[in-house]
Amino acid sequence: MEAIILQILNGLDKGSAYALIALGLTLIFGTLGVVNFAHGALFMIGAFCAVTFSRILTLSHTVVDETQTDFLGNPLKVDVPYLHDLFGQATGDAIIDWAVPLSILFTVPVMMFVGYAMERGLIKHFYNRPHADQILVTFGLAIVLQEVIKYFYGANPIPTPAPQAFAGSLDFGAMLGFDPNLIIYPYWRIIYFIFSAIIIGAVFAFLQYTTFGMVVRAGMADRETVGLLGINIDKRFTIMFGLAAAVAGLAGVMYTPINSPNYHMGMDFLVLSFVVVVVGGMGSLPGAVLAGFLLGILESFASMREVLEILPGLNQIIIYLVAIIILLTRPRGLMGRKGVMED
Amino acid sequence: MLGLNKKDLQLMLIVTGLTMLAPFILNPFPESSGMAQFNAGYPDLMQRFVIFGIFAIGFNLLFGLTGYLSFGHAAFLGVGSYGAIWMMKLVSLNVIPAIFMGVIVAGIFSVAVGYICLRRSGIYFSILTLAFAQMSYALAYSVLTPITGGETGLQIKSTDRPIFSSLEEGETGRANLFGMDMRQSFELNIGDWLFTFNAGYYIAAIVMLIAFYVSIRIFRSPFGLMLRAIKSNQTRMSYTGLNPRPHTLAAFVISGMYAGLAGGLLVAMDTQVGPERMFWTASGEVVLMTILGGVGTLIGPVLGAGVIKYMENILSKINKDVLHEWFAFMPDGLEDFIVFLVYPFIGKGWHLTLGILFMLVVIFLPGGLVEGGQRIGKWIKNRGKAKDTGGSTEPAE
Amino acid sequence: MSKSNFTRRGLLKTSAVAGAGLALPTIFTAQSAHAFTNEPTGGTVTLGFNVPQTGPYADEGADELRAYQLAVEHLNGGGDGGMLNTFSSKALDGTGILGKKVEYVTGDTQTKSDAARASAKSMIEKDGAIMITGGSSSGVAVAVQALCQEAGVIFMAGLTHSNDTTGKDKKANGFRHFFNSYMSGAALAPVLANAYGNDRKAYHLTADYNWGYTTEEAVRASTEAMGWETVAAVKTPLTQTDFSSYIAPVLQSGADTLVLNHYGGNMVNSLTNAVQFGLRDKQVNGKDFQIVVPLYSRLMAKGAGANVKGIFGSTNWHWSLQDEGSKAFVKSFGTKYGFPPSQAAHTTYVQTLLYADAVQRAGSFAPCAVAEALEDYEFDGLGNGKTLYRGADHQCFKDVLVVKGKENPTSEFDLLEIVEVTPVEQVTYAPDHPQMGGPEATLGACNNGA
Repeated sequence: MEAIILQILNGLDKGSAYALIALGLTLIFGTLGVVNFAHGALFMIGAFCAVTFSRILTLSHTVVDETQTDFLGNPLKVDVPYLHDLFGQATGDAIIDWAVPLSILFTVPVMMFVGYAMERGLIKHFYNRPHADQILVTFGLAIVLQEVIKYFYGANPIPTPAPQAFAGSLDFGAMLGFDPNLIIYPYWRIIYFIFSAIIIGAVFAFLQYTTFGMVVRAGMADRETVGLLGINIDKRFTIMFGLAAAVAGLAGVMYTPINSPNYHMGMDFLVLSFVVVVVGGMGSLPGAVLAGFLLGILESFASMREVLEILPGLNQIIIYLVAIIILLTRPRGLMGRKGVMED
Repeated sequence: MLGLNKKDLQLMLIVTGLTMLAPFILNPFPESSGMAQFNAGYPDLMQRFVIFGIFAIGFNLLFGLTGYLSFGHAAFLGVGSYGAIWMMKLVSLNVIPAIFMGVIVAGIFSVAVGYICLRRSGIYFSILTLAFAQMSYALAYSVLTPITGGETGLQIKSTDRPIFSSLEEGETGRANLFGMDMRQSFELNIGDWLFTFNAGYYIAAIVMLIAFYVSIRIFRSPFGLMLRAIKSNQTRMSYTGLNPRPHTLAAFVISGMYAGLAGGLLVAMDTQVGPERMFWTASGEVVLMTILGGVGTLIGPVLGAGVIKYMENILSKINKDVLHEWFAFMPDGLEDFIVFLVYPFIGKGWHLTLGILFMLVVIFLPGGLVEGGQRIGKWIKNRGKAKDTGGSTEPAE
Repeated sequence: MSKSNFTRRGLLKTSAVAGAGLALPTIFTAQSAHAFTNEPTGGTVTLGFNVPQTGPYADEGADELRAYQLAVEHLNGGGDGGMLNTFSSKALDGTGILGKKVEYVTGDTQTKSDAARASAKSMIEKDGAIMITGGSSSGVAVAVQALCQEAGVIFMAGLTHSNDTTGKDKKANGFRHFFNSYMSGAALAPVLANAYGNDRKAYHLTADYNWGYTTEEAVRASTEAMGWETVAAVKTPLTQTDFSSYIAPVLQSGADTLVLNHYGGNMVNSLTNAVQFGLRDKQVNGKDFQIVVPLYSRLMAKGAGANVKGIFGSTNWHWSLQDEGSKAFVKSFGTKYGFPPSQAAHTTYVQTLLYADAVQRAGSFAPCAVAEALEDYEFDGLGNGKTLYRGADHQCFKDVLVVKGKENPTSEFDLLEIVEVTPVEQVTYAPDHPQMGGPEATLGACNNGA
C-alpha cells in the first residue's frame, strides 16, 4: 500500500515534467503545424538560464588568502562574489541560495526572445515544407544549440541546488497515519508538481478565456478563414511560439535542482516527450498532459522491485510498450484528431 | 542492358566506376602533405562508406518510395549484426553464411515489426518503429546480456570453435571468404601516394553494387510504381481495388533486409557488435543520411552516408596541434586567431559542424545534395548555352 | 604484390620522397621490410589517443587528452619532466622512445564501441599508430582491446573499471593500470565496516550493464564477508535520468545503507536524488542512514556538488596525494593547465610513460617484446606507490584509495579527501578468481600483427 502511494507520488512528479514538455511541443504543433525537434533543446536552454543566472550572481573578484595554499602550494585565491560586497555576506549568500527560483524572472524574457527569434528566423520558412524537412532542420538546430552550450559550459553536469529552505523531504506517511519514513517526498519535487500544475492550468485558461486564446484556437482549427477575417494570425502564432518556448524553459529551470543540468539533457527528454505527445494524440493539449501523467505513473510502477522480480527489464521498456499498446488500440492516441500527421 | 534504361545504366556505370576506383579517388593528397589528414582512402572508412550506403539505400526504398518514415531502422541493422556474429561464433568463419544469417534474422524481425507498425501511418508509424527499436536497444544492453554481451557486446574469442573451421588451439578465428582474410590488402605506392586495395572493401563494394542495382530495378518496377502510389494517395489506391498493406509490408521487409545486410557486412569487416548500434540516434542517422543526400533519388542516400561518415571519421580527428601546423605560415597573432576561429568546428566540435551542415542543406537544398548537384549541372549547362547564343560556333552535344 | 593486414603510413609520411617516384610507379613490397604492424622506421613514432570528445564523458576525455599531451611533451624532453624524474625506471631519457620523437594522433570514441573501433582503426590503418590508448568506459575498452589484439598493436587502457577488461575479456595485447570493481569492493568493505559497523543492511541500486553487474557483485561479496546483509539489489536503466522511483522505496525496505553502483551522469543524478529525498537525515534500525558510491571521480563529484559531502567511495588516484610522483605530476599538470589533474588524466599519463618505458627496456616496438617487458614488471614513483603489472592478467596491482566527500572544500577541485590507503595485499586476488571469469578466461597469445 505504502509502496503504491509512493509510486503514484513519483509518477505524478515525473509525469509533470513530461507533461510540461509535451504541452509546449503540442502548442507549437497545434498552432503552427511544425514538428519541433528542437523543443528538448529549449528545455535544456531553460535549465542553462538558471546556471547562467547563478553564475551572474556569483560573479566574483579574487582575494589572496595567505593562510591557505592551493594545490600547487601557492597562496590560495579565494573568490568573493560582488554580492557580498554589495549586501554583506549573509544577505549575499541568501540571494545566491535562491538563485534557481529567482532565475525564473531571468528565464521568461530570455526564452520568449529565443522562441521569437527561432520562429521568425527559421521556423517561419518551414510552414509549407514537408514534416520531414521540419524535423531535420529543427534536429540540426538542436544539435547546434547543444554544441554551443557544451562549448561554453562543458559536458559535465553542473550542480544547481534548490534553496536550503527546500532541502529534505516531507513525511506524507506520518500525515496519513502510516509509520514515519515510509512515504516521504522531497519538498522541491512537491513544488515542481504544483508549479507544473499552475503552468498547465494557466496555459489552458489563457487559451480558453482570453480573446487572444480564442483567436489562436480558431487559427488552430482553420487558419485560412481566420486570416480572411482580417486577423493577423501569423503574429499571434509567433507569440504562441515564444510562449511555448517559455513553458519549456520554465520546465527546465525548475528541473535543475532535481537533476544537475548537462548539455544533452534536452536530447534525453526529446524522444520521451515525442512518445508522450503521440500517445496523447497529435495536436491535443489535454491528451499531451494526460499521456504525460499516465506514462510517468506507469514508469514509476514498473521500477518497483516487486515488479522487476517478476518481469526483469520491464523498467527498461515500459514506456515504449505502453505506447505500442495504446497506438494499436487507439489509432490516434488517447485524444488525437483524425487526419493529423497521418500521411 | 541488364534491364536498365540508358540513364540508369549510365548511373550504374558511374557508381561502379567510383566504388572500384575509390582507393584512388579518396586519397587525392600526397602522404607527406598537410592535406593528407583529409584522405579517406583507408580500408575501414571505405568499408563504412559502402556499408552505410547499403543501409541508406534500403531505408530509401521504404521512405523514398512509400513515404513511411521509420524511426527505428537501426534495430534491423543491430539484429542482423547479432545474427551474423553468432553464425561466425558457432557455425563458420566464412562471411557468406554470416551475411545471409544477418539478412534472414533482420528479415524475420522486420516482418514481425512491420506487421504491427504498418497498422498505423504518419507519425504514429514512426513512433511505433521507434518504440520497437528502443526496446531492442534497452533489452540488448541489459536483460539480454547472455545473448548480446550487453554493454561490451560480442566479439570472436580465442575460445570460440565454429563447427566448420580448422583453428589451432588458442587461435582466434578471423572472418574470411573461403580462406581470404577480410583485412588483406594490396598496396600500391606511386611516388608520395599510397593506395590501399583491401579485400574486405571490395567484397563490401560488390555487395553494395548488387544492392544498388536491385534498388534501381525496384524503383523502375511495377511494384515500385505501386509503392509510389501509396505515397501520393493511399485512399485513391484502395478505391481502385488494390490493398496497399501487403505492398508496404513487402517494402518494409525488403528495407529491413537491406539493413540486416549492412549489419552482417559490418560484422564481416569488423567482428564486433555492440548494442549502441540500435540506439535511436543510429536510426536518426540513417534518416539524416537519406534526407541529406536526397530522398527518393537513387544515388542520394549513398552520398549522404558518405558525407556523414566522412565527417565522423575525418573531421573528429583534427586537433589543435594539427591546426597550428596548417596555419604555421601565418604570423603568430593571426595564426592563433585563425585557430581560435576554426577550432570550435573541428575535433570535438564536429557535431556542431554536422548540425550546421544539416540546417544549411535543408534550408537551401530541400532535395538534398543531389539537388545541389543538379543545380550546379544546370548552371554549367546554361552557361554553355549562354555562350552558344553569344555566337560560339561550337556544336552542342 | 604484397599481403599485409595493416598499412604503415606513418612510415611513408616521414620517409617519402615526394614527386620523384611519379614518373616511375613502384609497387613496393611491405612484408619483407616489417616484422610487426606499423613498425616505425623513420625518426618518429606515432601513438593513438582515443578518447571521448563528444557525449557525456567529453570532459573526462578532454582531461585525458591534456595528460597525453603532457606525457608526450615529457617523453620528448620538454617541460619539467614530470613523473619521469620520480619513476623508478630510468630507462627514459627525454629523447623520445628509442631515440624516436613521439608524435600522436587523436580520435573521438563518442563512448560507443563502434565509433571507438572506427577511430582506432583509422589510427592504425591511416596514421600508422603503434599503440592505442584511452577511453572512458569499459564497453569501449573491451571493444578496442579486442581490435588491438587482432591488429597486432598494444592497447593501454584508460579509465575502465569493470572486472571484465582484465578478467573475462582480457587480451594479451591489452594492459590496464586503472583499478577495478573487485579492488573497489575489497578496499571499501573494511573501511565501511569500521565507520558504520558490521550489521548494516544494504540496498543496492545498480546500473543495468556489465560494469554495474561486476561492481555490485564485488561490493556485495566483500561487504557480506564483513557481516553486512544485502536487502535488495535493483537494476536501473542506463538511460534513466530521474531516479526518484528507485530511491523512494529504499526506506520501506528496512535498509540502512544505500549503495549506488552508478557512474558518470547516472551517479550524479542518483546521488543528487537520494540526498534530495533526505535519506541521509533519516534514522533506520537505530542507525544513521548512509550512502556509498563505490567508484568516485572528481569530475563526477563536481557534478553532484554539495551532495557528495561525507560519502565514502574509492578512487584510483587523487591529486592531494603527497608522494613525490604525485606531487611532480600535479605540479607539471597544474602549471601547464591551471588546475589539478583528475584520476583519468593520471592513469592515462602513467600508461603512456609505462608503455614508453617498456619499449625502451625491451629495445623494440614489437608488441610481443613490449608485452614481455610489461609483464610482472614492478615499478614505483608513479603516484600509487609500489605497483606490479601482473603478467597473468595484465592488471596493475597497487594500493587503492578510499575517499570521502570533503565537508569544507576550499576550491572547486578540493572535493574529496583520502580516508585510507588500502594496501595492495588486501585487494589482490587470484588471476582465475570467479569474478574475473574463472579459469576459462585466458589472455591468448600476443599478436605482432603484419
